[in-house]
Amino acid sequence: MAYSKKLVDHYENPRNVGSLDKESKEVGTGLVGAPACGDVMKLQIKVGDSGIIEDAKFKTFGCGSAIASSSLITEWVKGKSVDEADSIKNTEIANHLALPPVKIHCSVLAEDAIKAAIADYKDKNKK
Amino acid sequence: MIKNIYFDYQATTPVDPRVIKKMIPYFGEIYGNPHSRNHPFGWEAEEAVEVARENVAEIIKANPKEIIFTSGATESNNLAIKGLADFYGDKKNHIITCVTEHKCVLESCRFLSEKKDFDVTYLPVKSDGLIDLEVLKKSITPKTLLVSIMGVHNEIGVIQPLSEIGKICRENDVFFHTDCAQAVGKIDLDVNNMNIDLMSISGHKIYGPKGVGALYVRRKPRVRIAAMMSGGGQERGMRSGTLSPALCVGLGEACKIYSGEMNQESKKLEKLRTLMLDGIRSKCDEIYLNGSEVERVPGNLNLSFAYIEGESLMMGIKNLAVSSGSACTSASLEPSYVLKALGVEEELAHTSLRIGLGRFTSEEDVNEAVEKIVNEVNRLRALSPLWEMAQEGVDLTKINWAAH
Repeated sequence: MAYSKKLVDHYENPRNVGSLDKESKEVGTGLVGAPACGDVMKLQIKVGDSGIIEDAKFKTFGCGSAIASSSLITEWVKGKSVDEADSIKNTEIANHLALPPVKIHCSVLAEDAIKAAIADYKDKNKK
Repeated sequence: MIKNIYFDYQATTPVDPRVIKKMIPYFGEIYGNPHSRNHPFGWEAEEAVEVARENVAEIIKANPKEIIFTSGATESNNLAIKGLADFYGDKKNHIITCVTEHKCVLESCRFLSEKKDFDVTYLPVKSDGLIDLEVLKKSITPKTLLVSIMGVHNEIGVIQPLSEIGKICRENDVFFHTDCAQAVGKIDLDVNNMNIDLMSISGHKIYGPKGVGALYVRRKPRVRIAAMMSGGGQERGMRSGTLSPALCVGLGEACKIYSGEMNQESKKLEKLRTLMLDGIRSKCDEIYLNGSEVERVPGNLNLSFAYIEGESLMMGIKNLAVSSGSACTSASLEPSYVLKALGVEEELAHTSLRIGLGRFTSEEDVNEAVEKIVNEVNRLRALSPLWEMAQEGVDLTKINWAAH
């Protein structure tokens, strides 16, 4: 299977690998997937007072496409408002990385991960 | 330019240069039809085929007359199982095989159960990949025609107890077929001592050409199989079609080389395997070997690299040609049915790679592979949320994962 240059670049030089303090009120954590299915993504966002995502980190167990999808989405959400990040569609990720059809689920997982992280952040900050 | 290194000797092997040399005349100057009985062109080709047949027979201690040339192990397995079923099916209609057999054996059995009213028992395997002989004994009924169990496993390299299986079959008057595509040249084979009635052999797994194989069919006591193709009745009526002398010579020469060199090659591969496994394990924890540690051929390492997915590891070591037991390289997204049958948890099945060592693998190749694999395993574990959680002491089995 030949992968796109962008995908290989994200796989070889993943952006924003790491973890944020999951206990912090500013941090939302999304953990999606299952080891038995071959992919698990942990995606975290740190949201500033203005509602803008200041930082994002990820760790992923999965194939190259899963790693690249999560790396890409951390790049995209930084600097966006929570609502903007919430509206990112998996198809945008799939198109950008030129994912082959059998790998589309990796982009779905990345979308699920950011949505889960945002939900966690909102849940922590309910007024 | 990065050099690609081949570590997939169970998928196929390069043709040994000595084999190629023997084959070449039969593509050009010696072109007769080996079945032409009336002139020297035919005789010359026939003689080459018969010498090849002797070489194939020799390595499994059979009589040359018991060797049928085919297009490969897939055809041999089909011919053995379906041919036997066709010939004896009106008397006995039960087949015993094993869940980890090659697809061509499983599919042949499925065909017989769906289309020909056969009952098929699929034996489970123990966690080491071997069948339980007591379960085999209990599965035999008066209706059992055939037991088909492979010699050496293509994915996990384990060696089934052929002598014991053969003995059980003979005592119960059941035919014993074994797919030895991966066993020839790797373990000692003796069709008489092992009570083997039918054996499938492949050319391209033993440094011979692709497109040729053989089926051993016992003559005393005689085993009958119905042909699958109608034609001129070549190969004692069991496999019609003009033989390719070049391919037969290639298979024969590959067998001949192994008859002389098997022991020294096995010793070399054992050394390389130890170098590889110890090298990886000395720098990475939680590397699991799938299949029996003891009853396995030296050229196969099937390893699970816990907490990192197999395909992502393959991507990182892309100049090393290995094979993945994980799902993500195939369209099905299902992890290997073989590892599942061993009871390897799906989590670990997703992290497995098959590393094949062979005749042309060097110590430098192994050292380079160890370095690359260790680096990549450590890099990907630093990326893995599961590794992080495991290091923090989180029990991954207690988490309520969302299957997708």
